[in-house]
Formats: sequence, C-alpha cells, structure tokens
Amino acid sequence: MGKTLFEKIWESHIVVEKQNEPDLIYIDRHLVHEVTSPQAFDGLRMNNRKVRRPDLTIATMDHNVPTTNRSLPMLDETSSIQIKTLENNCKDFGIKLFDINSPNQGIVHVIGPQLGITLPGSTIVCGDSHTSTHGAFGALALGIGTSEVEHVLASQTLWLEKPKTFEVRVEGKRKNTHAVTAKDIILSIIKNIGTAGGTGTVIEYRGEGISDLSMDQRMTICNMSIEGGARAGLIAPDEKTFDYLRNREYTPKNYESLVDSWRDDLKTDSDATFDKQFILDINDITPQVSWGTNPGMTCDVDEPIPSPDEFSNGDPNQKKGAEKALEYMDLKPGTMIEDIKIDRVFIGSCTNARLEDLIEASKIIQGQKVASNVSAMVVPGSQMVKKQAEEMGLDKIFTDANFEWREAGCSMCLGMNPDILSPGERCASTSNRNFEGRQGNGGRTHLVSPVMAAAAAINGHFVDVRKLDLN
Amino acid sequence: MKPFENVKSIVTPLDMVNVDTDQIIPKQFLKLVQKSGFGKFLFFNWRYDENKNIKSDFILNDSKYDGSKILVAGDNFGCGSSREHAVWALDDYGFSVIISSSFADIFFSNCFKNGILPISLNSKIVEKLLQETNSVEVDLENQIIKTSSEEISFEINSHKKKILLEGLDDVAQTFQFEDKIRAFEEKSTIPSVL
Repeated sequence: MGKTLFEKIWESHIVVEKQNEPDLIYIDRHLVHEVTSPQAFDGLRMNNRKVRRPDLTIATMDHNVPTTNRSLPMLDETSSIQIKTLENNCKDFGIKLFDINSPNQGIVHVIGPQLGITLPGSTIVCGDSHTSTHGAFGALALGIGTSEVEHVLASQTLWLEKPKTFEVRVEGKRKNTHAVTAKDIILSIIKNIGTAGGTGTVIEYRGEGISDLSMDQRMTICNMSIEGGARAGLIAPDEKTFDYLRNREYTPKNYESLVDSWRDDLKTDSDATFDKQFILDINDITPQVSWGTNPGMTCDVDEPIPSPDEFSNGDPNQKKGAEKALEYMDLKPGTMIEDIKIDRVFIGSCTNARLEDLIEASKIIQGQKVASNVSAMVVPGSQMVKKQAEEMGLDKIFTDANFEWREAGCSMCLGMNPDILSPGERCASTSNRNFEGRQGNGGRTHLVSPVMAAAAAINGHFVDVRKLDLN
Repeated sequence: MKPFENVKSIVTPLDMVNVDTDQIIPKQFLKLVQKSGFGKFLFFNWRYDENKNIKSDFILNDSKYDGSKILVAGDNFGCGSSREHAVWALDDYGFSVIISSSFADIFFSNCFKNGILPISLNSKIVEKLLQETNSVEVDLENQIIKTSSEEISFEINSHKKKILLEGLDDVAQTFQFEDKIRAFEEKSTIPSVL
C-alpha cells in the first residue's frame, strides 16, 4: 500500500524503532527563541551537557521584543533579562543568533523560510506551537515544550509517538482571490473540524484550493493547524516551494540536487490512505470573523452571531463554553458581524505578517484614513519583510492612513511586549488566537484576514470585503 | 525527575471545556527564566480581578479544595500554546494528576516530562468525577482510580507509565543510543544550516 507524505518523512527520520513505544526521531532543524529556551539551557548546564549540533540550530528573539524604536533602552526589565539570557546562552553554546539588531531578526516562523533554513522533507522543531507554519514547505514541523527543547539541544532527537494521518482537502478554484484568503480557508476548516478535531494527527492539506495558493498563503494555512488541535500540518512541495527557497541566504549549496530528489519523493502516493478526512469546497468559503474565545467560534461575515444552542449542537459543555465566551466578548446572539464596532486593529503575527499580507491590506488602505475611533498598527513579521515593504512604499500607505508602522516581532499576537489591549478593548486581529486575555487582560479579539482587518480599520466596524473593489 | 507516587486527595472540579494554556498561565509570567515558583500565577486571570483582588466565584479560591492534588476538567484541556510553564504552574501549585476527557497533544506530552499524570477518561466518567466530593485515590501502578463508590480503571501507554514511576531522565536514556544517532547522521542528506 502507498504511503502519505507524512509517513515518508517520519520513516526517513527514525533513529530507533521499538514495538509499542515512541520512535526516536532525528531533528534536522531546531529553532530557538527567548521565552521557551532559558530553562532548557539551564538543564544542559546542570548536567554538564553540550548542544550536540549547533550547526542545525538557530535562534532569534521575537516574543517579547519591543516594536518601537530599538535604539532606546528596553523599559521592561524582565523581558530585557530574558533577551540577555538568550544572548548569553547562544554565546556559551555556540548557536547562531539573529539578535534584536540583526537585519534577519523577526518572528522565528517568518525568518526560517525567508532565510532558506526551512527545507522540504526535513524535521523541524521549535518551542512554539506555531512551528506548524513550516509544514507549508513539506516539512514535518512540530511545536514542542521546553523539556523537549532541552532534549533536542542535547541529542538532536526526540522520542515521539507516531501521529495519525488526516487529509483536509480543499476542492475547487477560488473565484474571489482577494476577498477570500488563506486565513478564511483555515478559519473555516477549524470551525468545521473543531479545535480538537485534529488532536493526535498530522494534517496534510490537499486539493486545488491548496495547491493554487502562494507560499505566503500556504504558511497561513499550516500555521493554524495547531488551532485545529493537530500535531502538525503540511503541504506537499511543488515548483512554487522550490522557487521560494532558491537563492536565500542559507539555501544549501547542493540545493538543485536536493530539489531533484524532493520532486520524486515528497508526495503522498496515489494509493495511500488517511486515518481521517475532511473535504470542503473553496467556493463555499466566505470571509470569516471569530466571535468567541477560541478559533472554532467563528462565523461568516454575513452571518449573525449564533446562539449558544445553535453553536453547541446539543452538547451542554460546548453550550456553556459559548455562553461564557459571549459574556467575555460582550456580544449578543443574533448581532450581525458587520454591526460590531472595533477599537483596535492589529496586522501582524506569524499567521499574517508576510509581504503578501501587507500588500493585500495596503490595497484597502490606500488613500483612506483609519476611522477616528480606531487605533491601528502594522507589525511586519520580520525585519526583512519590513525592508521589502518599505522598498515598495507600503509603509507610506499605512502611515498616511494613520496606521502605526512598527519593528518586527510577535507583538500584540500574545502581548508579551508593551503592545497590548486595555480591558474591554475590541480588536480586529490577523493573529491566530482569540483566547481570553490573549492580547491583554480583558481585551476582546476577533480573528480575521489582513484585508478584513484593514477594511475594519477604515470603517470602524467589520465590513464584508467582497463588497469592495479589490482589483 | 521525581518518581510519581500514588495520590489521595479531594478533586478540584474545573467544569469547563477547551481550557487553554493562556488561561493556565497568562503570558506576563512567561518572562521568568527558571522553572520554579509558577504556582502562584496558576489561572491568574481567573483567580484575581484587575486590581488583584480574589475572585470568590473561581473554584481554586474555594478553601474546600485547598491541598487538592487532582484536577478534573472538561474536554481538550491544555490546548493552544506549547508553553511548558502551564505544567510547571500546575505542579508547583500542588496538582500531580489531571483528569479530562481529552488533552491537547503538546500539553499531554509536557506533563510526562514533569512527573504529572494526565488521565483521559470517557466523558461520562469525567462528568461523574466533577461531582465527586469525597477523597479519590489514584494508583498508577495498578491503573485504578478509587472513589468512595467505585474503582475506575484507566489506560496509559506502558512506556509512559514506566517514565513516571521511575522518574526517568529522558536525555540520559537517549544517550544510550549514541551509536544509532551517529549512524543516522552519517547517512543523513539534510545539510547543516551554516
């Protein structure tokens, strides 16, 4: 019987295989950041251990870096200590660090692909759940905890139980390519499969609706696999993938010969079967807006907010969850999404802060002004994205419209730096999580695409971007 | 890692589904560079209001549950962020067993690295345990939860059980396979980054 792409990558990375026990899997790339690594390095020190493969490990600082003027000293002392700790750890253990002043600094999941460090068919880990992003290149990319970070630093391997396989097939050719985005596709998938729908599985996204997407868009899809509960998400590499990674700063020297083998090997066999399957038609997808406190609590832009009864389908626990979410979000069932007014707009995060996201959002912003009751910011995913956007004049479009234009980092996606919502503030956000307090204690997050966020910034409330002329 | 020891205590019922790790340990506490002392920040935004006053309606603030070592919660516990700080906070607060009808993968894996036993049970049984007011005993060796009225058996992978019971150091275990790791590296086709 044939094998899935995931199974092929898994099998080619088994170091030790045992019956009824986890496999020891080799890790080709380890990405490290300041928040989930200090205790791992401490563990190495306590046991007198080294980093086994510094040449397969890179680090950057993204989670709590300020996005304002970086020539000024950091005001937050604990963040500053964490950043300094990463610098010291990288120095002590010989790890390449893209520090706060590096032109390559940025969100770890944005810089990996941009630098050509992410490779098809490889295994990639990082102490961050959105590591799934790298699956867009046909890599098996897993988010791990700090103990596992320490294990990989010490041994370049991980004991892992083999996940099940889950095919998510998006069929059809997208008609409205500017208004219905990759973000809407993935939010729609999560809404349907649920936030635990992918638990214990690796999703492979397939079908014309996926292969038609650009690399930036594919990264948005794979990024949010974890929001559907999946261990990872991946997409078979094709010529778009190979073109994207060609001639990057860290693209391997023997790249073309690698591509030749990837072209043959990295695909799911036609007779392979998956443990689970979900299919949706791309033309059933509309712009999506989350209304609750997890990403599965999402509806179409032209729908009213569902009642807890409608949402829960008879499950009393889900109903209770929806009631609590509506209370936290200060929303009532039946309210039309377009009638929801917003206070803040955040365009950023490892989900939606790549060049294409900024280009698409800028088309809506051009020649307009942010509504007077709204404050809006753009935080590019990396310093490289920022530079490219500035070369195209996008920064000017945003700042002319009264958006703030910031330095790269995770920023208000999780609010570990000073970029946070105040209690009660409502935000249209291109990030990935609308959990209670995620963007600031008491803050209310609505997950949307960059174009939806941009249109909300201009209008002061959500707007169905299908009504706008985006060409 | 400390070996897991059998536990007897009352259960703390957290009757909620989809409890994410942002709730278990909010982001402002992720800036610490050590593993200890996170217990006081556990469920911080649910335990305290904006002025740091205790919210009396949150279960952990009910003195009835002081000293409880067993947390029972609804479906998909520990979803979201990979932060192991969530497990460090539960551990430091005093919980050594978490019972739910399902766990998010990364959280589940993080538990075993810190001597915490996550137990998955049928949702009907979880519902019952959420109502349990007497002490409950969790016996890992025999894979049994003893309540005042019944014995509930639970499943656990034998390898994971061994890790908990013996408090094994993962890395030391792995180093026994040094020759296999080296052999793998010699035939690997993925080049170095630098």
